Amino acid sequence: MSAARVGVVTFPGTLDDQDAARAVRHAGGEPVPLWHADTDLKGVDAVFLPGGFSYGDYLRCGAISRFAPLMEQLIPAARAGLPVLGTCNGFQILCEAHLLPGALVKNAGLHYICRDQRLRIESADTPWTADYTAGQEVVIPIKHGEGRYVADAATLAAVEANGQVVVRYLGNPNGSLNDIAGIRNEAGNVVGLMPHPEHAVEELTGGPGTDGLGFFTSILKSSLEKLVNA
Amino acid sequence: MSALSVDSVQRAEQTPDERLPYAELGMKDDEYQRVKEILGRRPTGSELAIYSVMWSEHCSYKSSKVHLRQFAAKAPKSDALLVGMGENAGVVDIGDGWAATFKIESHNHPSYVEPHQGAATGVGGIVRDIMAMGARPVAVMDSLRFGAADAPDTRRVLPGVVEGISSYGNCLGLPNIGGEVAFDPCYIGNPLVNALCVGLLRKDQIKLATAPGPGNKVVLFGALTGPDGIGGASVLASATFEEESQAKRPSVQVGDPFMEKLLIECCLELFAADVVVGIQDLGAAGVSCATTELAAKGTGGMDVRLDLVPLRDPSLRPEEILMSESQERMMAVVTPDDIDAFMAICAKWDLPATVIGEVTDTGRLVMTWHGETIVDIPPGTAADEGPVYERPYHEPAGQAALNSDDAARLERPTDLRATLLSLLGSPDLSSKEWVTGQYDRYVRGNTVLAQPADAGVLRVSEVMPGATETNRGIALATDGNGRYAKLDPYAGAQLALSEAYRNVAVTGARPLAVTDCLNFGSPEDPEVMWQFAEAVRGLADACKILGVPVTGGNVSFYNQTGSVAIHPTPVIGVLGVLDDVRGRVPSGFTGEGARVVLLGETGEEFGGSAWAHVEHGHLGGLPPAAVLEAERALATVLVEAAAQGMLTGSHDLSDGGLAIALAESCLAHGVGCTVTLPGGDPFTDLFSESAARALVTVRPEAFAVFAALCGRHEVPYAGLGLTGGSSLTVEGVLDVPLDELRTVHEGTLPAIFG
Repeated sequence: MSAARVGVVTFPGTLDDQDAARAVRHAGGEPVPLWHADTDLKGVDAVFLPGGFSYGDYLRCGAISRFAPLMEQLIPAARAGLPVLGTCNGFQILCEAHLLPGALVKNAGLHYICRDQRLRIESADTPWTADYTAGQEVVIPIKHGEGRYVADAATLAAVEANGQVVVRYLGNPNGSLNDIAGIRNEAGNVVGLMPHPEHAVEELTGGPGTDGLGFFTSILKSSLEKLVNA
Repeated sequence: MSALSVDSVQRAEQTPDERLPYAELGMKDDEYQRVKEILGRRPTGSELAIYSVMWSEHCSYKSSKVHLRQFAAKAPKSDALLVGMGENAGVVDIGDGWAATFKIESHNHPSYVEPHQGAATGVGGIVRDIMAMGARPVAVMDSLRFGAADAPDTRRVLPGVVEGISSYGNCLGLPNIGGEVAFDPCYIGNPLVNALCVGLLRKDQIKLATAPGPGNKVVLFGALTGPDGIGGASVLASATFEEESQAKRPSVQVGDPFMEKLLIECCLELFAADVVVGIQDLGAAGVSCATTELAAKGTGGMDVRLDLVPLRDPSLRPEEILMSESQERMMAVVTPDDIDAFMAICAKWDLPATVIGEVTDTGRLVMTWHGETIVDIPPGTAADEGPVYERPYHEPAGQAALNSDDAARLERPTDLRATLLSLLGSPDLSSKEWVTGQYDRYVRGNTVLAQPADAGVLRVSEVMPGATETNRGIALATDGNGRYAKLDPYAGAQLALSEAYRNVAVTGARPLAVTDCLNFGSPEDPEVMWQFAEAVRGLADACKILGVPVTGGNVSFYNQTGSVAIHPTPVIGVLGVLDDVRGRVPSGFTGEGARVVLLGETGEEFGGSAWAHVEHGHLGGLPPAAVLEAERALATVLVEAAAQGMLTGSHDLSDGGLAIALAESCLAHGVGCTVTLPGGDPFTDLFSESAARALVTVRPEAFAVFAALCGRHEVPYAGLGLTGGSSLTVEGVLDVPLDELRTVHEGTLPAIFG
C-alpha cells in the first residue's frame, strides 16, 4: 500500500513549509507540495497549512491568503470532510476562511514569543490527534506575535460545549481565552493550532523531544484507515 | 537650472565653473579635484552622486585599507578558503561538496536614529550579501551593545532594535541562533548593532559580482526604488552624531521582509535554472555601487538607461535614484538567451524585474536619462580607485595611566556567594531570554543549538532541492569585549577572536574562518586610529597563529558622540564545521553523575573583568593575556573529545570566570553540581578571566582516556567534582539552590524592559 499523501501549501511568505514536509516524511508519509496559485489539490489525503507570514501578513494575518486560488478548492473540500491542519499562520488562515470559529489577535504581552511550550491535549478525537490520549501533556515550540485566541462569549461557550478545544496551554503565554492553543471544527476534520508540531519531531533539531510527531502519525493512520474502509 | 532639466555631460562641459555641493555630500576639496582630473571636466550631479557615495568611508574603506591589507598579507594558509576578502562575503569549504558563506556587518548609526528600521534593514542588508554569493541564507545572529541597561535612552533603543530584528528576521524565515547583548555607558549615544548571516551552497555554484560579456543584459529586480536613505551611505554612515539626529530621520531606510523572502526564493530558483552570469545586491549606495562594481569587475563597460528604473515615487531625480538605498533590490547580469527564463521566474514570485542596461566593452559606465547622457565615467575609478589615507595615529594620552591603574588594588570580597549573585544578575551576565525569546530560532528545521548555547549549530540539510544529504553541521559564534580592547586594543582583538574560536570549539566544531566587524570612533582622531591599527594588527597576528583566515567583514568608524568615542569594539565571528553534527556537545550540565573538569590555566587576571566593572565600576590595568597557542591546543582537545563521544556537555569560561560558567552550566538544563576548587585563592579561582579555559563534563568511564588526551596536547585539566542535585555547591565556599540562581539570572532584563 502506498503512503498517505499530505499536501503542504506554500503561499508567498510561507516559512515552515519545508519543515512540515520533512515532518510528514519523518512520520512515513509522502508530502505533496501545493502552490497557492494552483487550483488543483492533486488528490491528497489531507492538507497541512504551515506557518509563516503569507502575503506579508498585510491587512490582517491570513486575510489575503483565504482568497488564494488554491483556497477556492480547499475550502469546499474541507467542508466536505478533507482533513486539514493549520498551524500558526495556517490557523489564522483557517479562521479567516471561517472554517474555524474565532480569531487570533496580537499577544497580550505585545511581543513575539518563541519558546518550548507545555501543552495539554484535550481531544484525541480528531484525525490529527488520534495518536495522543486526552489529558496527555506535551512540550511543543510556539513562535508567534499574534496567537491570542479570542471569540465572542456565545462562540466560546459553543466551542467548549461541543468539545472543540483540541489543545490548551499550560501556563498561558499570550492571553488566549480559556488557555486555548488549538481548536477543531464541529466535524473534527479541520484543526487549527498555534504551536508548531513540525518543530518537535526529531531529537537532534528544534524543540526538546519529539512530542509533535503524533500529529503526523495520527493523520497518516487515519488516512490509511479511510483507504482500507473505502 | 530648472526643476525639470538635467545636469548632462554636455551641460557640464558647457558650464565648467558651476559649483556643485560636494562638501555637503561629504567630499573633501582634494577628492573633488581628483574627480575633475579623472573626468577632465567637472562632474555632472549624477557623477558627483556616484563618486561621493563610492568614495565615502563606508564604501571605500579609505582610512582602514592600509591596515586591513594585513589580513591578506598575514593570512594563514587555509585549504578551506574558496573566496576571500573583497567579494560580498567570504566562502569556505565545509566538505562533501558543501560550502558556507558568512559575514557580519554594522548598522549602528541608523539603529540609533530609528532603532526598529535601523536594525531591521541591518538584517536585510547582510542577508542580501549572502544571497549574492549564490547561497541560501540559513541563519542570522546579532551582536548588540547598548548604553547602561537602566539609562532612559536604552529603554528607547533596545526594545526598538530587538523588535526590528525580530519582525524582520522572523518574517524572513531565518532562525536567529545566537549573538550577544552587552551594556556599557560608552554606547549610550552610539549603540552597536552588528548583524551576521550565514548561507550554504554547493561549492561549484558560487556566484560573483561581475558583469562580463558585451551584449549581456543588466536586470534590476525586487522592490521599486523610492526616496529611502538618500545620501544615507555618505551622510549617515560617516557623520558623527550631534544634536541634529532628529533632522536625519528621513534618511533611514524602511525594510519589507516579505519582499526579501520572495527575493530569496526567487534568487535560488534563478541560480538553480542557471540563468545568472553575475549578481550584486543593492545596499549602501544602491544603483551607484551595483553598476560601478559589476562593470569594474566584468568586461569593463556598461550602458544604463536610468529612466527605466521602476520607481515608487515618480518625482525622483536621477541623482536621487543613484543614491537611493531602497531595500530588497538586486541586480543581475543575464545573457540574451536566458532573459525570458529569468523574467518568468521573477514573475512567478511576483517580483518586478526590469532590463535597465547592457554590458559593453567600452571601459565606460554610461548612463542616460531620457536620451541625455548624464554619466560617463571609467567605473573602476569609482569602485576601486577611491582615495586611500594614511591617517596619523599615536597612543592615547591617558593610555599609560589607564594601564597602570591595576585592578589588583581593588578590594576583594569576603562573601563570594554574594559576589556570584551580584555578577549573575548584572545586565551583561544576566539571562538574555527577554531578547532572544522574541526571535524565531527554529524555522527551517535545522537548528541544533541556539542561544544561550556558546555557539549556534545548524544541520546542513535540505538547503536546496536535489542536493545530496550529509551529516555535516556548522557552528557560529560572535564575541567582542570593548573593555578589554580599551585597555589594550591589540590584545582585545585577539581575546575577542579567542573567545569566538573557543565558543565554536566547545560545541565540538573545528574552527575554520573569521569575519569581523570593527567598531571604532573617528579615524580623524589619531588616538582612535591607534586603537584601530593596534586591533587590526592584533587580529591579523592571532588569525595566523590560530590558522583561521579573515574572509570579510566591515569597518564602522565615527562611532562617537561629540568628541567622545566608544570603547574600541572589534566584534569577531568564527565559523566552524562538525563532520557529524549528531556528535555536537550541548551547552552546560545535561545529566547527573558526569565528571566536571576545568580545562586551562587560571592566573590572577582582573583587568577589564566583569567583577571590576560590576562591583567597583573600575576599568584599568591590562586585560587577560591572549594565549593563542593554548587556545589552539584547547580547541584540539575539545574537538577530538567530542568526536570520540567523551563529553556530555561543555561551556567556555569568559566574563565572570569559573563562577559564572558553573552557574550558567547548572541553569542550562536544571542540573546542579558539587565541586571543589583546585586549591588556590578561591576568589581568583572563581572570578579571574584568564583566557583559553573551558568547563566540560566527561562521561565517568571516559575520564582516563580524556585525561590522556589533555596530556598529549599539554592542556592543563582539573577534575572539580560531579554533576547532580539541585544546587550549585562549591565545597567550603558557597552553596546556592538552582531556584535562587534562576530567579537572580532571569529577573534583570524583564524588570527593566517589562
